[in-house]
Amino acid sequence: MQTLTQRLANPTRFMELSARLLPWISAGAVVLLAYGLYLAFFASPADYQQGETVRIMYIHVPCAWLSMMVYALIALSSFGLLVFRHPLADVSAKAAAPLGAAFTFLALLTGSLWGKPMWGTYWVWDARLTSVLILFFLYLGLIALRSALEDESAASKLTAILALVGVTILPIIKFSVDWWNTLHQPSTDFTSTVDPSMRLPLLVMAIAFTLLFFAMHLKAMRNEILRRRVKALRTQAVAGRDRLAAHGAE
Amino acid sequence: MDLGPHAAFIWISYAAVTVTVTGLILWLIADGRKQAADLEALERQGVKRRSSSPGVR
Amino acid sequence: MKSFWALLHRDVTLAIREGGAIGTALGFFLVVVSLMPLGLGPDLNLLSRIAAGILWIALLLAALLSLNRIFEADHEDGTLDVLATGPLPLELVTAAKSLAHWVTTGIPLAIMAPVLGILLNLDLAAYPILVATTLVGTPAVSFLGAIGAALTMKTRRGGLLLALIVLPLYVPTLIFGISAVSAGAGPTGLAASFLILAAISLVTIVLGPLAAAAALKVHLQ
Repeated sequence: MQTLTQRLANPTRFMELSARLLPWISAGAVVLLAYGLYLAFFASPADYQQGETVRIMYIHVPCAWLSMMVYALIALSSFGLLVFRHPLADVSAKAAAPLGAAFTFLALLTGSLWGKPMWGTYWVWDARLTSVLILFFLYLGLIALRSALEDESAASKLTAILALVGVTILPIIKFSVDWWNTLHQPSTDFTSTVDPSMRLPLLVMAIAFTLLFFAMHLKAMRNEILRRRVKALRTQAVAGRDRLAAHGAE
Repeated sequence: MDLGPHAAFIWISYAAVTVTVTGLILWLIADGRKQAADLEALERQGVKRRSSSPGVR
Repeated sequence: MKSFWALLHRDVTLAIREGGAIGTALGFFLVVVSLMPLGLGPDLNLLSRIAAGILWIALLLAALLSLNRIFEADHEDGTLDVLATGPLPLELVTAAKSLAHWVTTGIPLAIMAPVLGILLNLDLAAYPILVATTLVGTPAVSFLGAIGAALTMKTRRGGLLLALIVLPLYVPTLIFGISAVSAGAGPTGLAASFLILAAISLVTIVLGPLAAAAALKVHLQ
């Protein structure tokens, strides 16, 4: 574990390794996604209560799962940056934030589209929807804070601090929203156990989305490393030109 | 394929996920191309990374 | 410890002498609360039912406006750099400054809340509970706010960013603050939500100064 993260600390080695891994992860995501979609639409029954709309679940649940997993990944990366000063930790956190926000948004959107036929309204202040909405706000805060700071190294560390604060408060937020929900909506229970015939497509789709995320995350990290190289070269070029100009003036 | 009375909701959900994810992937690819091109242009101008040219201080 | 109290005393004195900041927060609190009936209609039954929610949300917004002054002035005139190199650990500096913010904003807003409750036809029996919950809950507002203030200290358009960062973190305080006041909670619910609110405040009193100090260290490097 330690040795792997240490070996990855060299960006050049990470670029080599990720270049080799990326096609495999992408291919795995595509294959699993195709299989999952086949299962979701052709090989799974309609729910006896929810009818065909249950098929929204096969994309809604993976998105909701990713919304939480990506935040955990950001928190872990932030910890890696602040405690171990791992050079790739910040690249990972920065690359994951917009992706996590996108999947959280999709979880909210598909949840709302699932809710309309089920509950008769696009939005209910259900405990889970509400916590996911607040999670979305936390993502927006991370992105906004990073973009508001000019000094990139300070922006990384400050965003990491915010991510760790968020991950500390998140359980309290979840707990408070559940409490609030039982106060206001005592009798409605939207949770129901998943039938075995739906468990397989759900599992396949969840793994497919996770692979899809990791493929996108790797690509975004590679882009970010290249972006930083370009930036470093530009400042280096400007500094070199300034040195030349200073020599010429003498 | 008959998806019942709420077919529209199912299709919109899947379409939204498809559009968003495809958009993200296209953006990632375009961004990667742009960074790689920038890097190459800089290197053609003769700006070298310090680590790749140990002879220069 | 002596320098902790000295810093606290200095910040409280400064805030009181300037006066403007406390007055503005209270004035904002008053205006937001009086806008509510204009938006919702003058139905007193409705207003008394949602009074606790209105008061808490207005209180959070009023406190939010004053958050950026926790560190900004001291950063601009260089006091913060002196404090950072001084003998007092930065964690205690941020704790003192957050505490000063609570004393000069949290307590006045908590005292003001029942007065504004009159405007909203809040049930008389709820007044002591309202004061107690706002007093117990506002430390969380100040200490969480200090994190946001420290993070956004050097940003342009810091105020809006501060709101975006800090308001989601206020959700637990808001929920337990209101559920303690609302009549439906009953005595057991009241005790439970009151204690949880106190626990949230205690957690943030520990967490806030640590995170804020970490953020300040990044800024002052």
